[in-house]
Formats: sequence, C-alpha cells, structure tokens
Amino acid sequence: MSALAALIRRDIRIALRVGGGALIGVLFFLTVTVLMPFAVGPDLALLSRLGPAILWLGALLASLLTLDRLFTADHEDGSLDLIVMSRTPLELACAAKALAHWIAAGLPLIIATPVLGLLLNLDGTATLAVAATLLAGTPALTFTGMIGAALAVTLHRGGLLLAVLVLPLSIPVLIFGVAASQAAISGPLPFGTPFSILCALSLASLVIGPFAAAASLRHGLD
Amino acid sequence: MTLTDLANPTKFLALTARILPWLAGVTAVLLAIGLYQSAMAPDDYQQGATVKIMFIHVPNAWLSMFVWGVMSVAALGTLVWRHPLADVAAKAAAPIGAAFTFLALVTGSLWGRPMWGTYWEWDARLTSVLILFLMYLGLMALWRAVEDPSRAARAAAVLTLVGAINIPIIKFSVDWWNTLHQPASVLRVGGSTLDKAFLWPLLVMAIAFSLLFITLHLAAMRNEILRRRVRSLQMMQANRIAFSSEVGTGSREENASKPIGAA
Repeated sequence: MSALAALIRRDIRIALRVGGGALIGVLFFLTVTVLMPFAVGPDLALLSRLGPAILWLGALLASLLTLDRLFTADHEDGSLDLIVMSRTPLELACAAKALAHWIAAGLPLIIATPVLGLLLNLDGTATLAVAATLLAGTPALTFTGMIGAALAVTLHRGGLLLAVLVLPLSIPVLIFGVAASQAAISGPLPFGTPFSILCALSLASLVIGPFAAAASLRHGLD
Repeated sequence: MTLTDLANPTKFLALTARILPWLAGVTAVLLAIGLYQSAMAPDDYQQGATVKIMFIHVPNAWLSMFVWGVMSVAALGTLVWRHPLADVAAKAAAPIGAAFTFLALVTGSLWGRPMWGTYWEWDARLTSVLILFLMYLGLMALWRAVEDPSRAARAAAVLTLVGAINIPIIKFSVDWWNTLHQPASVLRVGGSTLDKAFLWPLLVMAIAFSLLFITLHLAAMRNEILRRRVRSLQMMQANRIAFSSEVGTGSREENASKPIGAA
C-alpha cells in the first residue's frame, strides 16, 4: 500500500515541477475555450447555449494532450521497467499512476471551469452542473486514455496515433457528460439519469483501464 | 485436423488452396440466389420497393459486428494461446470488417432518406455503428504504424478486446434507448415479426454474406502470410548483399556466412 502511495506522490511531484507539464493542460483548455467565440461569433446567448459542449470538448482535448506523458517519461528513464518488474501488481500500479495523473492534470481543469464559465456567459447552476459532470467524467477519460497511452508507449509512437485510438473510446463519456449538463440547465430530462450513467462509465473504466493497460505493457515491453 | 495443426502456415496454405475455390463457388451461387429472391420479393405495403435495401443492409450490419467478434477471438488467440496464425487472422479481418461497416452505414443512410426523411440522425444505433467504424479505422492505423508484426499484433489484440465492449452496446442500443432505428425483428424472443416472403431472402443473403466474409478472410490471410514470407526473403537478400559488399572490402568476414534476418 505504501508503495502505491509513494508512486502517487512521486508522479504528482514530477508532474507539478518544472518540466512536468501538467499545468499546460489547463493553459490549453483556456486557449481552446477562448478560441470558440472567435469561431462562432461573440453572441452571448449562443455561447451560453453552447457553453457546456465547448467546455466538455476543451476538457476532452486537454486531457488527451497530457495523456502522452503518462508512461513516456517513465519509459525513457527506465523507471517503467522497474514498475513492471516490482512486486506490486502492475494493474494496481497502473491505477495509481492514472489516479496521480488525474489529480495533477484533471483536477485543475475542473477548478478552472468556473472562470471559463464566466467567459462563456454561463450562470451559476450551469457552471456548477458542468463542473460536477467534469468531476464525474474526467476520471473515465483518464482511465480509458491510459489504455491508449500504454499501447502508444509500447509501440514507441505517441501523438496522433494515441488520439486516433483514444477518441472513439471517449465518445460515450462526451455524450452523457454534455447530456447531463444540458439536462441541468434546460432539458426536460432529469439531471440524475445521464449523470448516473456518466458515473457508471467512470466506474467501469476504473476497472477495465488498469487491466488493459497492464496487459499491453506486459506484452509489449521488451 | 485440429486448430493446432493449422498453426503451421504451410499446412494452412495447402488446406485453404483446396477449400477456397469451393467456398468461392458456393458463395457466388448463394449470392445469386439471394439477389434473385430479393429482387422477386414483393413490395412492402408501406415502404414500397425501398424495403429491398434491407436485403443488403441487414447482412452488412450483422457482419460488421460478427467480424469484430472474429477479431476478438483472434485477439484471445494472440494473447492467451500465442497461436501463430491468430494475428494474421486479426490483421486480415480488420479492413474487411471496416468495409462491411461502411456499407451498412451507406445503405442505411440511403434507406433512411426516403423512410425517415434524413440521411443521418444522431440515433443510438447509428452513432454506435459509426463509433465501430472509427474503431476499425483506428485498429488499421495501429497495424500500419508499427513495422514489427508481432509487436503490432499484441497491441492490436488489447485494443480489439477493449473495443469488443462496444458490440453489445450496438446490439442492444435499439432496445435500451427508444430511438428512430427499429428494434430487432428477426432474432427475437417469440419468433420473427418478419413475413416469410421477406424472411427467406434475408436469411439466404445473410448466409451468402457470411460465406463471402469467410472466403475473403481466408484469401486475405493467405496474402498476409505470403507477404510476410516475401518480406523476410527480401530482408535476407538485403543482408546477403550488404554482407557480401563488406566481404569485398575485407571487413567482418566472419559474419558473411550467417545472415541475421534468416528467421
């Protein structure tokens, strides 16, 4: 247990220090959100209608951008081999790494959401709804994205291949995340229905992600 | 003849060389019968002649899911049993499955235009089949991104098994969410709701398309095996040329007798 805690602490510390690049995700999130009004025009009514979708897309792309770092740095300096060979089960180690990655790269996105909500003319309930759905949904993005990151690191290919592999898997999360936010703001549907499906997606990916990532690391690293 | 006998690619090639002509012949005959029966089927009282799109659309849609099932079994073969032909099977199936999925989407959209009044609707089943198509493309990109086939095979196997989660979602999406696409009407509890005049041509077409897949798959697997042999022969040749030129200059003479890529 202490090994996992040490792993989580180490990953968070590396991510937050110089060269860690966790906060680049937030900067990217901010930039994407600011780009949207230039594309659709500065119509405040339209922006507040599109707001949840824009925020969700931005968060999805931002989390995709930082996923590359989940295994690459450890693979380059060799610590990934030590993690694979250690006595801690690789599935648990993968889950710990993903959790650390989510704390360092995912949580800042959610903290930044209220500020970006202001830019998009979202009112208090809407901002709260988007933040709540992001809080419930971004773990699913990290844990399914981890599968793609593990595949990419074993193949020595990152970047675009990672995006092509991960994006189709993240479509359900996007659908139910935006649906839940829209339901809270205007929709006839109750907020609870899509929100509980979103939580279910997160929990399922929490189980599947570490196993698939560990399998691909075990079979792929040489 | 068991599955382990087929692990020898030469035996597999010999066996499929005998089977393939027969398989292709049966497929052609069944396709001809199915197409004739589909053309002769009566018009629907509501949909008119457009109902005949079903005879192409439904087999394609079935196969789009069936091919992923085949690839999942092959993925298990790669990861669990290390069957030498499993990754060949998985690699050969992906483009064929992508083609079936694409045809299912296209015929469905051509059918949807007169019936629903739109080519595309973000309905649960349509969306999940589109995701399936994207995953086929992602899998093909993964195969193409890596030079070493066995390394690519293991990565593709993990991705195939993760993607297999999507298959039940596609199958039951029309039952779970009440959407524009109609629920299952052929394979359902309490018998088919389809009239016999439509059911028979559909079943013949489904069998014909399945045989078509098996034929194409076996042929693609043969091609893949031969392609890998050609590649390793080329590597050996390249090695030989490289080493013989080094021998000419008088260096590393001891390596000339054992080319590295001979396996």
